[in-house]
Amino acid sequence: MLYVVIIFLGLSLLMYVILGGADFGAGILEMFTPASMRDQLRDTTYKTIGPIWEANHMWLIIAIVILFVGFPPIYTTLSVHLHIPLALMLIGIIGRGTAFVFRHYDAYKDDMQKVYNFVFTYSSFITPFFLGLIFGAAVGGQIDPEAKSFYEAYIHPWFNLFSISVGIFTIAICGFLASVFLVGEAKRPEVKSFVIKKAKLFIVFVVLAGGFVFGASIIDEVPLVGLLFTEWITIGILVLATLAIALLWLNLKNGNKILVRLLSGFVVAAILSAFGYHYFPDLIILKSGENLSVFNSSATGKSITTLAWALMIGSVFILPSLFYLLYSFQSGNEVEKNA
Amino acid sequence: MEDLLAARSQMALSMAFHIIFACIGMVMPFFMATSHYKYLKTNNPLYLDLTKAWSKGVAIFFVTGAVSGTMLSFELGLLWPEFMLHAGPIFGMPFSLEGTAFFIEAIALGFFLYGWGKFKPWFHWFTGVVIGVSGLASGILVVAANGWMNSPSGFDYVDGKFLNIDPIAAMFNDAWFTQALHMSLAAFVSTGFAVAGIHAYMMLKGQNIEFHRKAFTIAIFFGAVAALLQPISGDISAKDIAVRQPAKLAAMEAHFETSKAAPLIIGGIPDVEAKEVNYAIKIPGALSFLAHGDFEAEVIGLDQFPEEHHPPVAIVHYAFQIMVGLGMVLVSLSLLYFISLWKKKNWQVKRWFLWLFVIATPLGFIALEAGWTVTEVGRQPWIIYEIMLTKDAVTPIPGIQYSFFIFTAIYVSLAAIVSFLLYRQIKAVPESLKNNTHTSSES
Repeated sequence: MLYVVIIFLGLSLLMYVILGGADFGAGILEMFTPASMRDQLRDTTYKTIGPIWEANHMWLIIAIVILFVGFPPIYTTLSVHLHIPLALMLIGIIGRGTAFVFRHYDAYKDDMQKVYNFVFTYSSFITPFFLGLIFGAAVGGQIDPEAKSFYEAYIHPWFNLFSISVGIFTIAICGFLASVFLVGEAKRPEVKSFVIKKAKLFIVFVVLAGGFVFGASIIDEVPLVGLLFTEWITIGILVLATLAIALLWLNLKNGNKILVRLLSGFVVAAILSAFGYHYFPDLIILKSGENLSVFNSSATGKSITTLAWALMIGSVFILPSLFYLLYSFQSGNEVEKNA
Repeated sequence: MEDLLAARSQMALSMAFHIIFACIGMVMPFFMATSHYKYLKTNNPLYLDLTKAWSKGVAIFFVTGAVSGTMLSFELGLLWPEFMLHAGPIFGMPFSLEGTAFFIEAIALGFFLYGWGKFKPWFHWFTGVVIGVSGLASGILVVAANGWMNSPSGFDYVDGKFLNIDPIAAMFNDAWFTQALHMSLAAFVSTGFAVAGIHAYMMLKGQNIEFHRKAFTIAIFFGAVAALLQPISGDISAKDIAVRQPAKLAAMEAHFETSKAAPLIIGGIPDVEAKEVNYAIKIPGALSFLAHGDFEAEVIGLDQFPEEHHPPVAIVHYAFQIMVGLGMVLVSLSLLYFISLWKKKNWQVKRWFLWLFVIATPLGFIALEAGWTVTEVGRQPWIIYEIMLTKDAVTPIPGIQYSFFIFTAIYVSLAAIVSFLLYRQIKAVPESLKNNTHTSSES
């Protein structure tokens, strides 16, 4: 049953990065959009992301619940040593979620919109940054439960080049997902060509940021490069991801929008699974070299069994209704504004 | 500011904030679905306008409840890691089920808010009902986790270790039923009276009276029925707590010394040093009767517990008085409403009648916050009752006060913005009615 829980944990993190990531990306994209185009882009974003965005962010809650029920030492170690970036990420989550809804449901469209937009775009930017930074810090090997000084215990574990590089990489991933997603949604030609341009830019950014992660891992002596290229499976996955990116680039303009989206999802899923496979079963790598893994840090007995059952029963309810939701709000069916 | 105090303050603030939005988010969908039902049955466009107006409120409150709830799921670890390390696997069951309920709620909300004119009317209506039902289920499940902190079960505590964990038994702890019942009713009372009060005010202003009367009628019906049931639930809770957490009951009542035929102490200023209550009304034997159903029964006082395990008596006592007092006011108003419904129809258009409900707008929520103060502060100094002390659970990271200040600023601004948005929504209602949106937007 432990494996059921592990699969759900991996799945919910993956779903959060892809679906939640696309949401954050929409805000990042807005930041880099000239004022003349912004209204149209916003409109497209609402129509496509509006109905599903709340659901997209539930994956994070599921992942957190799995962590604190199933793997409490991992949850508490992260909570203690990465307290500061977690709190900053939470501020981003609060700001982004509320600003997105508030700007839509404010009965008057006046200067307050500027406030909402400001909060929305900046929090869309910082949330994935800290999310990625936390991922990086978890495996970066700088968390030290024995640390004596404040800096060593609570700052250094995440304030290092490697963690920051993963944060930047996550921003790139989010912008990439959102721009590719919006290509299929943009109705007007000028919006479409704009989004295509951005999608290509973000593809370049993803590749550069990926390179930066590897560079940072060498500087910070995080054993990433060597292991990643000596394991055949991870090499295979990454080669497939590269091919998918190439295919995506070629199909961006005229290709089937579903194919393009699946490719973008596949690229992100492939990158995450390569990392996941590389680190499995460890979730946290400590400075001492000891690791907190899904095996040595899991709850036992009935805690895991009931958690697994709760997740399986839950997914019977969640997945069909989620698919129906996504299906119902496919573009082509005009969604009424100001619903 | 001491770290423990800062952590407790931050937690209290987050909960106090979240609970308001969570309550509205789980109760308003029922109002909305009722109005929607009436629209589908009567085809009266006013009900359609009302449904849409309320659904915007639901969207605003839901997102604020959702982000503050996400915040709490992290805060448990950020502030109380030692607690979560041990409690997570035991009381996690309701959280994992709540995850599902919450997810369903978010999905249903997407269907409802963006589904106008896209689905068959009754399917669309049904998605609105699902928002309410899954919201209510989330609330009941989360209260189960809180109940476990008051009545820990589903494990054996041996030499500081938690053994033989049974999450199902932990979920069905002794406190769950009484707490969940009281809380669910409280959500309906507070939201019902708050919404009714706002619409009563709009009627007094003389704008769209028919629209606001329909809104008032739906909201107050839920609120008043729940308010009349609440004393029964309160009585069940009191009898339960007298046996399970006598220290909390003693603090609520400022009952310092164990005694038979204990008096019910109403109001007053507890003097913890002298172990007495000044200026209070004392009803002989009434506490014994309320706690054990017998005027002569013995009620355990704080003297049975070592001083370091006493909850802060004054806060708990005052909070309890506020909760019960306001509850009684709302019961009276509910009776008044039902009298007007059956015998005195003309009251409902009288200004004094409407003003009474305007004044009552915040009372339910004040009672609700006071009630949670009783539950949470009354459990102190324990985080897990008689198992783990709150001070042993707090995070080792120093400087929590800064986090407290930052999040206070965030919550205060969020509260301000939500109030501002609500004000603008309400102000905008007449405009939408004038524009007659329902003719163009429905197909």
